Amino acid sequence: MEKEKIIAVQNLTKKFGDFTAVKNISFDVYKGEIFGFLGANGAGKTTAMKMLIGISNPTSGKATVAGFDVKEKAEMVKKNIGYMSQKFSLYDDLTIKENIQFFGGIYGLSRTEIKSKTESLVKELQLETIINSLVGSLPLGWKQKLSFSVALLHEPKIVFLDEPTGGVDPITRRQFWEMIYSQAYKGTTIFVTTHYMDEAEYCDRVSIMVDGKIEALDTPKNLKKHFKVDSMNEVFLKLARNVE
Amino acid sequence: MKRFIGFIRKEFYHIFRDKRSLFILFGMPIAQILLFGFAITNEINNVDIAILDHSNDVETQKIINKIKSSPYFKIENQIHNEKDIEAEFKKGKIKAVLIFEPNFSKNLVTKKVATLQTVTDATEPNVASTIANYTTALIQNYQLQKKQYNNQIKVQVQSRMFYNPELKSVFNFVPGVMTIILMLVSAMMTSISITREKELGTMEILLVSPIKPFQVIIGKVFPYIFLSIINAIIILILGFFVFGMPINGSLFLLLFESILFIISALSLGILISTISDSQQTAMMLSLMGLMLPVILLSGFIFPIKSMPIPMQLISNIIPAKWFIIIIKAIMLKGVSIQYIWKETLILIGMTVFFITLSIKKYKIRLE
Repeated sequence: MEKEKIIAVQNLTKKFGDFTAVKNISFDVYKGEIFGFLGANGAGKTTAMKMLIGISNPTSGKATVAGFDVKEKAEMVKKNIGYMSQKFSLYDDLTIKENIQFFGGIYGLSRTEIKSKTESLVKELQLETIINSLVGSLPLGWKQKLSFSVALLHEPKIVFLDEPTGGVDPITRRQFWEMIYSQAYKGTTIFVTTHYMDEAEYCDRVSIMVDGKIEALDTPKNLKKHFKVDSMNEVFLKLARNVE
Repeated sequence: MKRFIGFIRKEFYHIFRDKRSLFILFGMPIAQILLFGFAITNEINNVDIAILDHSNDVETQKIINKIKSSPYFKIENQIHNEKDIEAEFKKGKIKAVLIFEPNFSKNLVTKKVATLQTVTDATEPNVASTIANYTTALIQNYQLQKKQYNNQIKVQVQSRMFYNPELKSVFNFVPGVMTIILMLVSAMMTSISITREKELGTMEILLVSPIKPFQVIIGKVFPYIFLSIINAIIILILGFFVFGMPINGSLFLLLFESILFIISALSLGILISTISDSQQTAMMLSLMGLMLPVILLSGFIFPIKSMPIPMQLISNIIPAKWFIIIIKAIMLKGVSIQYIWKETLILIGMTVFFITLSIKKYKIRLE
């Protein structure tokens, strides 16, 4: 069976003045896969992702997300993607319910949709008893799960997760990855950046960015075999060292 | 539209759940107007003065009685020696000493001239000069009466203060405080609330969502337009009922001009938010970049006419200056739009300029 491309990137480049943050990258992401987007801080992965989610214009090159060009059809791209940043950006001074209502509202969900979504979401995360508490009073792990669920409210085809597990404990990270898996199983494509190398092992395929370029792209298994090492951590170190 | 309403509802949640913004929004206008109205005033009443009367005759007694009967001065004591003047000032109670020269009445008759000296404690310069002015006025008044008895030809200068016959400082402070409050609430609060979204990372989420950037901005700004109008009304009501500030012109015109000024302040707030990344920066920029010029260069406290020319030129680019001219004209002179269309146009021009600039800046940041 031919795999369906949901993200197609060709020769994408972003320059800030003289500095080239993203150098001519090309890759595809297939429907329903968990795609890990790895790189050290400053390697350009955030810049690359910003172009894919339509808040930064590419200097040159082409990218389509969910079938829409990010440059010309940014509005359509935005309707079809979900996004969760490393800050789990919900409003601390709004209650769980109000947050869901607000984000449902800006994605254009109807009142009845929001209502049924709120019910199922709260039930799934077992937040029934505290639905009217302020989000600011929740522990970080709960905020993270809630934030992920909110990013999925409008049933996007792709979810972009920008370092979604920063600062949470290992157990919560594990639970979070279970949520990611079950979502991918439902057919949602997951595009995730991380710098935890053990998390890279959970991904279907992984790309590693070094210095604005994609230096490696394959399944974790193949990458380890290719570099003749046991863990993704070593793959990463080897790549980074080669460039320096 | 439904998105927009949801957005605004969220904005009101933010405002009403944050005690600090609530205080700035509603506590401060009331506190400021009462402070300025009651405490900070250029008028003097019941100032304690002392008399040093070297002649102690009929004329000096007449003048002293006149002073006694005025509401401005209270004669605290009589002193008998020039040396005591400083000692009295050092005690701090007495603000001025009136000194009559020896043979006051006699000189008045024979030389046609008699001298009365006012010595004031100028550690508070405003009070001192006001005292000097008041005593001069009292003496002139006394002279006039005297001349009438003597039936001499007299040239009588009569000043009448139009629009503010009692020179009430409230008439100056209410428009001034209203300007400051509207500027503060509109510019500072919006710039802070926008930068807060940036700081928390929620702005990014909003930009990734299908809601358009200008909708985000309008959604953020709209509640503050509404609240600022309420504020303006509170200030007008306080000014009117507590301080007797008249509103001689059309209330409708006054509100229209206020809304115009609010929008220009809001666009300044947006502009500030595009160049600052944190709430602190936004606050400092609003305070230093907006509040100080408003207080110093708008003509609210320091008259523009007496500033050096460069300062006068700079004052022209301060929206608050034009707004103060406009609202004073409407409230005190009761003028209609035909007398203030020029100022109104300037304000409209500035607003359009700031909005355009902030939209441009906002777009650049998105790149």
